Amino acid sequence: MPLLSLITFAPLVGVATILGLRLTARADDAKNINATKWIALVTTLATLALSVLLVARYNPNDWGFQFVEETPWFAGIAYRMGVDGISVLFVLLTAFLMPLCIAASWKTIETRIHEYMIAFLLLETLVIGVFCALDLVVFYVFFEFGLVPMFLIIGIWGGQRRIYAAFKFFLYTLLGSVLMLAAILFMIGTAHTSSIPELMNYHFSPAVQTWLWLAFFASFAVKMPMWPVHTWLPDAHVEAPTAGSVILAGILLKMGGYGLLRFSLPMFPDASHLFTPLIFAMSVIAVIYTSLVAFRQTDVKKLIAYSSVAHMGLVTMAIFSGNAQGVQGAIYQMLSHGVISGALFLCVGVIYDRMHTREIDFYGGLVNRMPWYAAVFMLFSMGNVGLPGTSGFVGEILSVVGAYKASTWTAILATTGVILSAVYMLTLYRRVVMGTITNPKLEAITDLENREIAIFTPLIVATLYLGVQPNAVFNLTAASVDHLVRVYQATTGG
Amino acid sequence: MTISANLAFALPELILAGSALLLLVAGAFAPTQLRLVGAGAVVALVAAAIAAAVQPYGRAFSGSLVSDAGTVFGEVAIYVASAVAIPLGIAWFERRGVRNFEFPVLILLAALGMGMMVAAGDLIALYIGIELQSLALYVLAAMQRDNAKASEAGLKYFVLGALSSGLLLYGASLIYGFAGSTVFSQIAIAAAGGANTGLLFGLVFLICGIAFKVSAAPFHMWTPDVYEGAPTPVVAFFAAAPKLAAMVLFTRVLANAFPGAAHQWQQVLVALALISVAVGAFAGLVQKNLKRLWAYSSIANIGYALLGLASGTAEGVQAMLVFMVLYMIDVTGFFACLAALSRKGRPMETIDDMAGLMKEQPGIALAMTAFSLSALGLPPFSGFFGKVYVFKAALNAGLWGPAVIGLVGSVVAAFYYLKLIKAMWFDGSAGTTDKPPFEARAIAVATALFAFPVVILALKGLDAAAATAARAFGLA
Repeated sequence: MPLLSLITFAPLVGVATILGLRLTARADDAKNINATKWIALVTTLATLALSVLLVARYNPNDWGFQFVEETPWFAGIAYRMGVDGISVLFVLLTAFLMPLCIAASWKTIETRIHEYMIAFLLLETLVIGVFCALDLVVFYVFFEFGLVPMFLIIGIWGGQRRIYAAFKFFLYTLLGSVLMLAAILFMIGTAHTSSIPELMNYHFSPAVQTWLWLAFFASFAVKMPMWPVHTWLPDAHVEAPTAGSVILAGILLKMGGYGLLRFSLPMFPDASHLFTPLIFAMSVIAVIYTSLVAFRQTDVKKLIAYSSVAHMGLVTMAIFSGNAQGVQGAIYQMLSHGVISGALFLCVGVIYDRMHTREIDFYGGLVNRMPWYAAVFMLFSMGNVGLPGTSGFVGEILSVVGAYKASTWTAILATTGVILSAVYMLTLYRRVVMGTITNPKLEAITDLENREIAIFTPLIVATLYLGVQPNAVFNLTAASVDHLVRVYQATTGG
Repeated sequence: MTISANLAFALPELILAGSALLLLVAGAFAPTQLRLVGAGAVVALVAAAIAAAVQPYGRAFSGSLVSDAGTVFGEVAIYVASAVAIPLGIAWFERRGVRNFEFPVLILLAALGMGMMVAAGDLIALYIGIELQSLALYVLAAMQRDNAKASEAGLKYFVLGALSSGLLLYGASLIYGFAGSTVFSQIAIAAAGGANTGLLFGLVFLICGIAFKVSAAPFHMWTPDVYEGAPTPVVAFFAAAPKLAAMVLFTRVLANAFPGAAHQWQQVLVALALISVAVGAFAGLVQKNLKRLWAYSSIANIGYALLGLASGTAEGVQAMLVFMVLYMIDVTGFFACLAALSRKGRPMETIDDMAGLMKEQPGIALAMTAFSLSALGLPPFSGFFGKVYVFKAALNAGLWGPAVIGLVGSVVAAFYYLKLIKAMWFDGSAGTTDKPPFEARAIAVATALFAFPVVILALKGLDAAAATAARAFGLA
């Protein structure tokens, strides 16, 4: 059974069904809309079930690609799919967050439900495809097409400046990825294969590697995003609807880190080694600078968006530390950030849905009216800070340990980011949740409803479980990461 | 070779010429039977396509007519594209009360000219093909005689087209003077080594003339005006097939007559390609009329096709052929969408007209979104695969600088495609649209389904066919 193709294209079944509903019935038919929501939810849950099955059947002792599928396509390019320890958990993360996004949009999205659900389901297919693709062109198709549903999500259901944000998002990422396309085509022409596993064993000359590395980096750095090409992210986040932000922060950003692990490190080891100081410098600047910027924000969503950039700075640093702790830490940090930042954006969504503003100054004293909400927000704020016992801690400590082995100063400077994150998160929490209610409009605000509790529960469980049982992840990733690091160190002599 | 043996190689052209004359006479007796004449023309084109597909390979008329895999590829694609344009145009003209039976006949004559272009083996056949095609197109552009814009378009097209024909003829006469022959294979012998300045001079003029026909910048000035003024289904026709014909002809001249001067024409082509991409991308940014916008988009896309050809390899020719076929389907589909849309009988032609189309006509809006993304080169739409071919060939030929510039140009162009998508998806509705007519909608849906997902399956066959055709041109 081609399990990976099944997982990847399962959401398309939902897309086709909803498209059929949209084109045949009237768009504002209530029954039709309700059916659309349920179809979307069931499709994403089915995809989640298949992904759980995938992880359960994944053999953690084998470092190579598993569940491999290969069908010839055109001009030597083939439809190749497969997962290894690095990608398998990202598939699960995507499938895990998607039903939550659908549920989070259940009541808040009131216009053009069909298109909305189609965009999300399409996005799910494309993101899972990115993590499963084992062919450069197939990878690029999934990677690049993902821009379109996200462009529509921001542009149709976004806030005031949504058009500006959507265009900025699209053009920024497109510029990055066309350079990657040039590199991909060059690699196919040189190595006469587009298979990712084969290219991992192909040795490009160091000079060529430098150019290819830069081209891939242009794409992944924008996607991550790294300082100084991160400026699209706050705009996109602020304007996107809640579920859009969850996907953006939770999954789309991880495609950048995944790309660095899948391409840059194994295919261009010499160039990666050469550029490591640059990455370290950019990461440290990202961590410190964007943390400071986050501290100065007046918009809750923008603050969390900048915090995402800072956390991704830790990830890039850890990836290029080039040792097992660092890479494990980077993967862990990405998974944990996917859950926690997704949850934080959902937390913002809860108060935004009630008050329709994200200004920090508007709020204050929410704990008096929303005790449950205060507890949930507290947990995820702590997770974002990296409190031991939450998943954030494991990722951060490992990332810093990995970086420490590679460069002491980088690790020391990056650690200040952990302190700074506590500064801005605790300040945010204090200003929004603590104290007494000063704004009379907040008197009538209501606590979490059942639907919201149902959305937060799996996220809370995941954060705490990953916080105390990190081996659940490491068992799956260890073999592949060890292999990656072994090859990398053998090539670069590190 | 006897005359009849020669004619065996020209069967598709004979079918077209014969039926064009027959239909002209028939039309003269029944001038209102537009549909009947149109049906006859479609049958003739399909028959010609079949005849082209099975025609024997070889050379006829002392080498002025070439029949090889390249000819077959070009002719089949051109005849099929022309056949699609006929029902689209007839219905459009009928709705506007224009019942000139000449429309299908002119398409037939243009197709005949294009068939000669892709089969040309010497300079004379080349010129006759181009002129036959162009004359038919000039008239087609001005089909709506009482429409001032259409007449202006036709006139402009004619004057500038005549200028380009002049350039082309001047180049051809220079080449003939220095090579002593009009047959491509003889010119190739004279041009071996690429050092003959007179020949190169002639070649540059020839290239300029053909660049006019494919509307490559800086010879593109007529394109936006003609696209804007001409009737939409006519644009759907001449934005597609004639471009492919001229590109195949371009390949034929460069590869068969000037293989020895590859280094020289490569530079010219790279320059044309990059200027086209830049002009197409930047000038398109300020356009409000969709037909003008698409004219600039076509200029940019011809730039990509030229980049493939500039590689000077069989791989590059294959890339260009794949690219052009995919682009043809795209552009036909897009203009079919435009032809299908109107508001209270008034055609919708500006970006603002498209506001809220996703609510009014979700099917057409989805199709136009697909065509826009495809022209932008976004996967998984057909245009992306065309670009993969072209840039791969360019990179393999060492043209990495132009390739990167071309790709960055596509990011600039992305802005205007996104503007169109924004209007259709994000903006509020600008009023109710009329019910789209059946043929235009059918062609729009069929081509959109080709742009995605059918292309995924069709690529393998197209790849093989284009590879065979590309090898026929004899480049390494």
